[in-house]
Formats: sequence, C-alpha cells, structure tokens
Amino acid sequence: MNRTEDIGRILKVSGPLVVAEGMGTSRMYDVVKVSEKRLVGEIIGIEGDKASIQVYEDTGGIGPGEPVYPTHEPLSVELGPGLVEAIYDGIQRPLSDIAAKTGSFITRGIEIPALPRDKKWNFVPQAKKGQKVTAGDILGTVAETALIEHRIMVPPGIEGEIVEIGKGSFTVEDTVAVIKTADGKKVNIIMMQRWPVRKPRPYKRKYAPHEILTTGQRIIDTFYPLGKGGTACVPGPFGSGKTVIQHQLAKWADAEVIVYVGCGERGNEMTDVLIEFPELKDPKSGEPMMKRTVLIANTSNMPVAAREASVYTGVTIAEYFRDMGYSVALMADSTSRWAEAMREISGRLEEMPGEEGYPAYLSARIAEFYERAGLVECIGSDDRRGALSVIGAVSPPGGDLSDPVVQATLRVVKVFWSLEDTLAYARHFPAISWLRSYSLYTDSVAESVREAIGDKFLADSKEAMRLLQEEDELKEIVRLIGLDALSPKERLIMEATRSIREDFLHQNAFHEIDTYASLQKQAKMLSAVLKYYREAQKALDAGASLDDLLNLKVREKIVRARYMREADREKIAEIEEEIVSEIASLKKEVSQ
Amino acid sequence: MTPHNTRTRNTPRSTPLNAKKASVKGSRKLQGIIDYQTISSVSGPLLLVEGVDGVKYEELVEIFLPSGERRRGRVLEVDKDKALIQIFEGSSGIEIGQTRVRFLGKGITIGVSEELLGRVFDGLGRPRDDSLPLIPEEFRDINGLPINPFARAYPNEFIQTGISCIDGLNTLVRGQKLPLFSGSGLPHNRMAAQIARQAKVLGAEEEFAVVFGAMGITFEEAQFFIDDFRRTGALERAVLFLNLADDPAIERIATPRVAFTAAEYLAFTRNYHVLVILTDLTNYCEALREISAARKEIPGRRGYPGYLYTDLASIYERSGRIKGSEGSITLIPILTMPEDDKTHPIPDLTGYITEGQIILSRSLHNKNVSPPVDVLPSLSRLKDKGIGKGKTREDHADSFNQLYAAYARGKEAQELAVILGEAALTDIDKKFMSFAEAFEARYVSQGEYEDRTIEETLDLGWELLTMLPRAEMKRVRDEYLEKYYDKTAAKLKKEEENA
Repeated sequence: MNRTEDIGRILKVSGPLVVAEGMGTSRMYDVVKVSEKRLVGEIIGIEGDKASIQVYEDTGGIGPGEPVYPTHEPLSVELGPGLVEAIYDGIQRPLSDIAAKTGSFITRGIEIPALPRDKKWNFVPQAKKGQKVTAGDILGTVAETALIEHRIMVPPGIEGEIVEIGKGSFTVEDTVAVIKTADGKKVNIIMMQRWPVRKPRPYKRKYAPHEILTTGQRIIDTFYPLGKGGTACVPGPFGSGKTVIQHQLAKWADAEVIVYVGCGERGNEMTDVLIEFPELKDPKSGEPMMKRTVLIANTSNMPVAAREASVYTGVTIAEYFRDMGYSVALMADSTSRWAEAMREISGRLEEMPGEEGYPAYLSARIAEFYERAGLVECIGSDDRRGALSVIGAVSPPGGDLSDPVVQATLRVVKVFWSLEDTLAYARHFPAISWLRSYSLYTDSVAESVREAIGDKFLADSKEAMRLLQEEDELKEIVRLIGLDALSPKERLIMEATRSIREDFLHQNAFHEIDTYASLQKQAKMLSAVLKYYREAQKALDAGASLDDLLNLKVREKIVRARYMREADREKIAEIEEEIVSEIASLKKEVSQ
Repeated sequence: MTPHNTRTRNTPRSTPLNAKKASVKGSRKLQGIIDYQTISSVSGPLLLVEGVDGVKYEELVEIFLPSGERRRGRVLEVDKDKALIQIFEGSSGIEIGQTRVRFLGKGITIGVSEELLGRVFDGLGRPRDDSLPLIPEEFRDINGLPINPFARAYPNEFIQTGISCIDGLNTLVRGQKLPLFSGSGLPHNRMAAQIARQAKVLGAEEEFAVVFGAMGITFEEAQFFIDDFRRTGALERAVLFLNLADDPAIERIATPRVAFTAAEYLAFTRNYHVLVILTDLTNYCEALREISAARKEIPGRRGYPGYLYTDLASIYERSGRIKGSEGSITLIPILTMPEDDKTHPIPDLTGYITEGQIILSRSLHNKNVSPPVDVLPSLSRLKDKGIGKGKTREDHADSFNQLYAAYARGKEAQELAVILGEAALTDIDKKFMSFAEAFEARYVSQGEYEDRTIEETLDLGWELLTMLPRAEMKRVRDEYLEKYYDKTAAKLKKEEENA
C-alpha cells in the first residue's frame, strides 16, 4: 500500500514526539503510522525531509530506525449515521468496540472504523431523481435514534443533478444516490463523509445569537443566559463544580444534539455520563438523553497528544450536525488540559515559550476553536439555520484567573460563569458568582425570553440583580459596624437577598425535581421571592415589625417552591396570594 | 503507557563502528545483549550514552560500576545513536570510561503472584525483607495500561470508615481516589491508618488487601504503619513497597507505579478489594522535578514540570472498578502541602484529578479536634451515588447538605463575632455559632479508635441540627423533617425532662 521510498525512518523518540527522516512526500498535519505497531501520529512540523510527529498513542518501546508509514491524508473524522450514542476516544476510535476487542485496558495500534460498517440504516429519500442539488442539500433521512433524524446531505464541493436515488436499507459505505456534475461526471454519494478535523466546515452566513438556550439552571437562565450559537466558559478551582455544571448543561440544555468532550479529565466522570444519560429522560420527548448525545472521552491517563485532537474531533462532529439544521451544544471539559497538551508538545519541539511555558500561539488556537461556534445559515438551498453553542470548562492552577488559558478564553467568549470556592465550601451550588459573572447575550436574547414568558420575568431578574448588588454594599457595612447599624428596611433587603440566594439561585443538581427548572417555573419562583420583599416593604412602611415579617409562616413555602413538580408549577402563584393575605393580617394587627 | 513486548535477540545487534564494545569478558555478551562503555556525559541523575543501536524509548537499562555495583535506569529519550538515561539510584561513583551500560530490551517489570501479600519490597519492587525472592506468576510492566472509560464500573459502594466526617460528609466509595491533604506535623498517618483499620463495606465479607507505597518517608513513619498493620493483623493482607528517605530519590518515580501494578494484579486478576495508600506524594513530585531540572526543561509553576498533571493522572487514574471484575482499587494518597498552601501545584493538580479531597487543618489540630478535618473545603465527589436508601439511609443527602450549610453559616458568624464581638450577632446567628462549635467538638472530633456506624453518625447529625430552628432546615425534604428532625427533637426533649 505504500511505496517503499515513501517510508520514513525514526530518528528520535522523546515522549509523544517522534522525529523521522525520509518524510519528503508528506504534508503538514498528515496522519502517519509509526513503527510496525502502526501507532497513529500527526505531522506537526517539517524541516527538509525530516518531520516532527505527535503520536496519539504511547511511544514506549519505540526507537530509532523503525519505519514511519505515510497515509497522505490529514487527521479526519467519519461523519454519518452511527455517531449518536457512541463513545469515542480523542481520534474517534469507538471505545466500546475497543473494549470488545482488547478488554478493559486500551492497548496500542488498534484500528477500528468510527462508524459501524456492517450496520444497515433505513434511508428515506427526500430529493427526487432529476432534481438539481448543491452541497448541503438534503438527499434523504435516516431515523438514527428516536430523537435524531440524521439528514444525509450532499457533501461539500459537489453540485449537479440527481440521476439515481435509492430507498431502503444501506450501510454507510453503500451508494445511496448518484449525482451528475456539470462536467458530466457521475459521483456516487454514500451516507458517510470524511472531514479533516482542523478545518471548519463551511456555512453560508453567520448571525449573532438572538435566541436563549435554556438550561434549566436558574442562575444561568435568569441572570447570565447563553444564546443559541453562543460561547461560554466556566473557570474555577477544583471542587467548585465545573464538571457538574457541564453535565447539567449536557442533560438539560435546550439543544437537539449534544457533543460532550471529556478532555484529560477523570475516567469515572465519563462512566457516570455513560450510566446516567441512558436513564435520564428528556423533559420534552420522554426519550433517554443518550439518544441525542455523542461522547468523546480522552481521559487524563490516556495519551497526551490525543487530548489535543479530541476537542477538534468533537467540534467537527458538532458542526456536522449543525449543518443538518440542528441546534447543537458542545461541552469541552476541560480546555486547560487541551492547552497543557499543546504546551507539552511545544516544549518537546523546543519552541520558544510564551507565558507560563505555553506556546505563543495559545490564544490564537483558543480563539479559532471558539470561533467555530455560531448561529449560521447552513450550506444548501433551503436556507435552514443551525446553531453550535460551545461551553468550555477551564481549570486554572490554584483557581487563579490570571492564568493564560483563562485570559485567552475570556477574550473570545461572551459568557463568563465564574465559579467561586467560597460558595462551593458553603455547598452553595451551582457555585456561580452572581457578582463576578457576565453574559453579553442578556440583551440580545431578551426578546426571545419575552416571547416565551413575558416582560415581568425580565423586570424581576433586573430587580433581583439590583438587590444582590445592594446586599454586597450592605454586607461591607455589616462587616465593619455590625448588623445593628442597618435600618429595618436595609435588614429587609438582606433578608430578601438571602432568600434570592438560598431559595432561588441555589439549585441541587442531584435532587430529582430541583435539578431542572423551566423558564416558567423560574419566573414563578422569582416572582414569589420578590413578592414577599415588596409586600414586606410596604408593611414596614405601615409600621409592621421586622421580626414579625421575618417569622411569617409563608416563608417556609417559598423555600419549598423548588421541590414542586413542573406539572404543579401553577401552585407557586398561590404562594403569592398567601403572602398577601398573611401580611394583610399582620398589618391589621398593627393598626389595631 | 504500555508494556513492551520483550524483544527476542537471537542474533547479535550489528555493532556500530564507533561503539566501544565491552571488551572484558565474553560471557557478558549473553543472548546478543551488548554492554556499552560509551557514556559521554553525566549530569545529576542523567547519563548520556552514545553510539548505541536499537535502543527503544522507556527501555530498562542496567549500569555496571567498576566497583561491581549494579544500578538500574530507564531510557528517557533516544535521538539517533544517543540515549538519555535516568538512573534510579543516582549517578554518584559513575566513571565515564569504566562504567558499562546494558540495554535490556524491555520496560521495567515486576513479578506478581498472590505471594505478594505479607511481603515488604523496596521502591523498585525488589524484596526488602530477608526472605526468598518471590516466585512470580507473571511479569507486568509497571506503567500499566489506561483503563478504557467504557469498561469502568461506576464506584457506588459505600465504604464505612467509622469516621463521621468521612462517612457522613465526605463519603468514601469503593474504587474512589480520595487524597488526604495535610501539612507537616499533622496526624495524617494516624488518620490513614484508622481508615485502613476500620474500612468495611456493610453486609459484605470480602477479600481485601492493602497496598502501601512509601516515597521518601522516614523510617519512623514507615514503622508506624507496619506496626499498626501488624497489630491489627492486616500485615498478612498487605504488600509494602518502601522507598525511605535515605533510599535513592529517583527510585521514587517508580514506586507508585510498582505499587499500582501489584494492586491491579490483586484487584482485577485475583478479585481482591484493594486499598492503596501512597505517602508522601510531595516527595514523589520533587523527584520528578529533579529529573526535569536535569533535563533543562522549561519549568512550570514552582519549578515543577509542565507535565506534572499528566504524570500524576497516570498514577491516580489506575484506581477504580472495572465491569465484570469483582475486585476494586480504592486510593488514598497522602501529601503534605508545603506551607499548608492548597494552591501549591502538588495539591492543586492532585485535586483536579482525584475525586475529592480531605483537608486537614492546623488550627483545628491546635484546638484538639481530632482528626482535624477542615470540613468546608473537603469534598467527596462520588458520595452522591454511594449514599441514600439501601446504601446508607434515605435522609443522608439532605442531612449532610444541611449540616454543611449550617456549619458554613456558623463559621461566618464566628468570624463576625471575632471582629464585632458576640453581642453584635443576631439571636439566630448566635444559634448557628454555637452549632458550629458543637459540630466541631462532637461530630468532627472523635477518638482514634472510635469506630462509629453510619447510623450513629447520621443520628448525631440530627441531634446537632435540632440546636437550630426547624424553619432553617431549608435543604431538607418535609418528610425527612418529620421523620428525623421532629423525632430527634422530641426524643431529646424527653431525655431532658427525665434528667
């Protein structure tokens, strides 16, 4: 398969970096197979006929003189039916098949195709014979899972007339359609496409995100919303709940397809997803969440270089679903490990380091990655739109936000959910700081929120934020002079914000009901919390005592609103009536 | 990292022209293995050998000193005909012209069999006790192989350690990696020994084993564990790998890997439930830093190499459970935080890999709270799946959430009282403050030999919570409030009346 003169020879092995000579026919970012073990590597530097290769598998036992086989192809992923519900490693090898083949531990040099070759899919044609089609047009669909209709598209670069189109069951390698191009060539279309991971997939036009991506997480949806097609980052020290937030978003985000990339993190976390997602039911369809999820797992003990590839593998798969017109959300946990992989390879290449030993191109790579997100008009002639939202976790050393990876990320992302360890220590989860975080989508998605649940929620959320900021100032006074220095009105604010924090922002991801709150439920809960504040304020003015107001029985009901089922969420409004009546009877006592 | 296939060398390697072959006795040229006398430089624990041929990355090396001493090393980098070698026993006494280097064509392996149990080895897995060498069932590469995440079974079996602040608040489960972050002078060894002594899975009598890996700790510390294991009869179920403070520092890099190779064999081949205790990871990381500095690599934070995270992960991630295997590996690594600083790279990177952390606090230790566990920053990430009905008790999750929240508020009130005086606190804050004090004195603090059942721990929690008004129980479901809070309150009231 390779001409002998193409085969290179290893000169040097240093960890995941191999240098080989005789590589003159290979191009930058080509995939090569290293040694007789055929370890997968990628060319990341060329000097004369010498190539530097980052190897995606362990290089122990490899030495100079061993062969390097070129493939003359860039690192690519396979795209087609069979992606959903799969779990892949960083270079898209199916881990389930690896386990079936080699047992519980991952050995080297395994070659297994990403998409099953023998599985037949039922192809339902959407286009007709004789129809003129262009790249991106939908030829037909495959019901891949109960949640995902896999749309088979004309691959980029092909345009012409359909001369043949099939119907029925096919494997991913069978021809489902034949297209005659303008120059008279007939192209066989199969359901599987290959796409190089480092090259963004094409689209027609990009738009600014304007629709909210609801997540069911109260602090996110109410204060710091993410737009469909937007980018967000979650930096925080260890133990502050980055992974739980990522998991919560993967579970409850209002996206049609989820791509979850576990990059250099714990093996058990991926196992958790694998066990939990098939059990969890999508609130809309009642189908298991796994049926819309693609997992990429390159855990921390798997080879370093493949970590670098895993985020690109993930984002390419996500773009492919975006091209079908879906709203896709990609979670990358953690981008710091990806950056560290870059740093390690860069160090071995003896490049001049930038900040903290990271390569000088760190921020450019990060920006490129997040820029692959967006709300786009897909290629194809039906003007459909797809969105790819990207949420990256960042793990700065010591939780220090001046870390180069955090800083480079903050320069490109539009939403910042800042995790704080002090909140985590008090078991206030999600430990997202309500003062330090920001979202640049708040205004642009406001219209979509208004359409969904009306104006009041937006006003309430502004009011709640104002109170929280006021609390921060009051806290400073209390710290210096003590609680006695505050007027009853100010004390009431402190109590109201405590209620906002504890009864609204705090959310238990492990509680079967509290784990998810629809926008409607959020609006009702917040409204009840603020209703108490407003009514109590009026009562104070009318001469009621603060202590009586603080001891109202209805307050316990506000606390428990979170445990009300979505079906019963209308009952939260009843709490407001009770607030009014209890306070009214208080006032009556005062006037008597 | 992967074990090497042992290369068979039936034919001698072609000898490079510039390589000076060991000219001494022909008998050394066994099975085509060549000795090189071409060391060109020595720097710290590193050797550069030139004119080599067929050397592989990560290969095991033997170094013969003119004195007859034999040392072991590992290939760190190979560039054309130059091999960079890390010597485990250090480079003192190595003479460039006289010392011979032999490449063994395989990675570092240890022999494993069930005979491991009850034995004491050095940091590279050679017998340290005077008994005969082990008769191995098979040899395994110490680097092991990464566990396929698809093949992992999620750790969710509750381990009762008998220590309230672990069982109740930071529950340990089988297959978890939960480090002790400590400082010099704190009783982390006692706590680790208590866990090893008391740990059990409720309702199960299964084969357990302890694998103990010591890196650079003192003789006294090692002896403490050995004595404790001996007294409780755990020694015959334990394998000890000891690299003490006066043993070669670079050897420590192999010690945790050797320990895990033994643990993997016992857990996944022999179906034992293995508890691995590694101490002290700080010494391990320092040895790693020494190698990195000798290689003149670009240092990361505090001089530690940039790949410290990856390196630690390749150790810690070997613990866990595997589908279809009865055994499990639970890991408790101990590390002393320099200057009690949690943001130091060693605890920091460890915390990013392990599933939580138990942090010991000097101020609690000074207050005679024992074990001095700093409850608020401590965490067990896997507790949620290991507790609740059928595992511990239905009210467990709600009660620990409430205990945490209440303790955090009590601590806040304490701080406020320090600044403004207790008089400035509201009544409710005063209640929280006295709750926090009682919590430290009764819940966190317990005797070194006190083995509390999970019921005792949970009941104690409720007892303390009744110090606070019912309306403050915001994290507890109504049904549990009635069942536990109200009942406990009633019981206490009755007892008080009787008294």
